[in-house]
Amino acid sequence: MRLNGANILLESLKREGVKHIFGIPGGAVINVFDELYKQKDLEFILTRREDGATFAAEGYARSTGKVGVVFVTSGPAATNTVTGIANAYMDSVPIVVFTGQVPTNLIGNDAFQEADTTGITRPCTKHNFLVKHVEDLAETIKKAFYIASTGRPGPVLIDLPKDVQVNETEFNYPKSVFIRGYNPTYHGNPRQIKKVAQIIAKAKKPLLYVGGGAISSEAHEEVYKLAKKLSIPVFTTLMGIGAFPETDELSLGMAGMHGTYRANMAIQHCDLLISIGARFDDRVTGKLSDFAPCASIVHIDIDPASISKNVKVDYPIVGDAKLILQEMLPLFDGYEDRNWEEMRKPWLEMIENWKNEHKLAYIRDEKTIKPQYVLEKLYQLTQDIYPIVASDVGQHQMWVAQFYTFTKARTHLSAGGLGPMGFGFPAALGAQVANPDRMVINITGDGSFQMSMQELATIVEFKLPVKVVILNNGFLGMVRQWQQLFFGRRYAGTDISVQPDFVKLAQSYGVDTFRLEEEKDVEEGLRKMLSCKGACVMDVRISPEENVYPMVPAGAPISHMLLV
Amino acid sequence: MEYIVSLLVENKAGVLSRIVNLFSGRGYNIEMLNVAPTMDPLLSRMTIVTSGDERVLEQINKQLNKVIDVVKVVEYRGRPYVEREMALVKMHTDANTRAEILRIVDIFRANVVSVARDSYTIEVIGDSGKISAILNLLEPLGIKELARTGKVAMTRGE
Ligand SMILES: Cc1ncc(C[n+]2csc(CCOP(=O)(O)OP(=O)(O)O)c2C)c(N)n1
Repeated sequence: MRLNGANILLESLKREGVKHIFGIPGGAVINVFDELYKQKDLEFILTRREDGATFAAEGYARSTGKVGVVFVTSGPAATNTVTGIANAYMDSVPIVVFTGQVPTNLIGNDAFQEADTTGITRPCTKHNFLVKHVEDLAETIKKAFYIASTGRPGPVLIDLPKDVQVNETEFNYPKSVFIRGYNPTYHGNPRQIKKVAQIIAKAKKPLLYVGGGAISSEAHEEVYKLAKKLSIPVFTTLMGIGAFPETDELSLGMAGMHGTYRANMAIQHCDLLISIGARFDDRVTGKLSDFAPCASIVHIDIDPASISKNVKVDYPIVGDAKLILQEMLPLFDGYEDRNWEEMRKPWLEMIENWKNEHKLAYIRDEKTIKPQYVLEKLYQLTQDIYPIVASDVGQHQMWVAQFYTFTKARTHLSAGGLGPMGFGFPAALGAQVANPDRMVINITGDGSFQMSMQELATIVEFKLPVKVVILNNGFLGMVRQWQQLFFGRRYAGTDISVQPDFVKLAQSYGVDTFRLEEEKDVEEGLRKMLSCKGACVMDVRISPEENVYPMVPAGAPISHMLLV
Repeated sequence: MEYIVSLLVENKAGVLSRIVNLFSGRGYNIEMLNVAPTMDPLLSRMTIVTSGDERVLEQINKQLNKVIDVVKVVEYRGRPYVEREMALVKMHTDANTRAEILRIVDIFRANVVSVARDSYTIEVIGDSGKISAILNLLEPLGIKELARTGKVAMTRGE
């Protein structure tokens, strides 16, 4: 079949099972949009900014594990996608971004809307391609999807000059591709797995450290089995939230800078730390030289470069977490005479004591609404429907991690590595496209929402019933908190009390909306929002100078926690 | 610690920039860099001289291995290998220095590859010890210009 490049692109996407595309058109991709218009299998979701499109594709990918797809034009549109791409790179999210490019004969001439897109995105993509010949297009797309979705997932960009979209060639979609420099390791070394199983069996105070990789590899069931079988307590990273049910008695919640007291104390006292798909980020480890001082470290990860990058690992296993755990679990069957629960008692008691010493807490105050209260209530009202909760970046993001209780993988969407404000709302929108029958809630801040509120038009146009909760403190709260605690309350550039009336703003888009100002109205307000058929924006005026606790000051050991 | 790493990379546009970006983005040094084709027209060989402690060197290896266009990373630590570099050195010459320069060229088994009224151009090949030794001796005699290839390396035996 002879097709032009634009059609080859669309046909290839169909072969990859793509159903939805996020983006915005422009001159350098107009041919692709023209073909898109003529067909019905691919639905195009027009966002209102290109960063919204990339974040939406990430929400789509994070909530499903499928590859998110973006179409934008050249130059300014391509540069607008960079934040989302960098975000997907840091959090290992599979997306494929197609950017238009000026015709090949103009590349390098500073043509209108030309940017060196592959050059700009090289450091923040897993891989990228500039396609110069239409004959290479189908194979390049196959490679892009393969690279994005396998190994440690990540963003891949394909830059498509206008003439490549127009030129014709015979279309053959390859069944498979071979890339000689790319061969991810999936199966762990069997001898190492055996050895690690023995080490785990011997440990008196083992602790599971579960990161986003456990979710990417769909290893949450295996993690659960391992924890339950051997009675090993579990903490997650921000990215790992949902990989282990936080309702389970073995759950210690999240660890790190704003982690729970018991999780951080457990890290400092465990004798074996078993990391699964986590990367020892500084927000988790605090001061490196004081991190887990009594522990040997096991690290299971698909990316060899993550191993011993920050913390010296004693027992690495490179491979897919799910496959490795599947191989490891039966090895514990050889310990039939062991009563794991009995053996674990002293360790679990220590943890129970830490739990009772300092629970996650906040001081309620009838006069103002405490954000933590809103999230606890929201959890109570939604715990049976497992909504997808996308947070933005700031204090509210940490409150979501702390006070909403997550029990299922892929229900907590958060930008952990890059932390770009403006992520949450478009990510929620993308998740809603992928999960039309699920409840999708975006918890955002008044600062973050102002970086993405143009997407209100998108949720209206595509009838996406996303629920937005603005925890409005009139500040760039997280920065204000640092200023309060470490910079003598000099609130430089963090007062954002000059802001739109979010209720009127939502009304102007035709979205259901209301404001909450008193604690007594919170529960009813949440019910009202949850029962909205369509989208809803709730402006919740929270206590302006509420802080996130516990907090470990940057650079301190994680046991040095400021508490409520 | 100085460290030599050789890469076989896809012979494609942008590959050099991927490698250089990786070094600059992660704060690693490049002290020397040499790129040239191999017998396989689809592959190039890059030899990079860098430095760092054990942990950094290990990260450099792993990060290079992650680059999709890198087909193979060869490292030389703990293995017997040969390394060579070539330098072209243009020397000022006059009646007082000519003989001394030729004597040094002779001792180092270097060659004079071009002669002009007031200059010699010398070609010298060797490991880093030899190159720095000859440059030390030539320097006081008046080096006009120096061009070095950067090192290439190969394991001994198989
Ligand atoms: C794009 C971007 N710019 C700046 C920052 C730095 N920053 C981190 S949190 C924060 C404040 C966020 O304010 P808001 O969304 O209102 O949330 P709050 O902390 O008040 O809950 C800022 C400015 C960032 N993370 N991302």
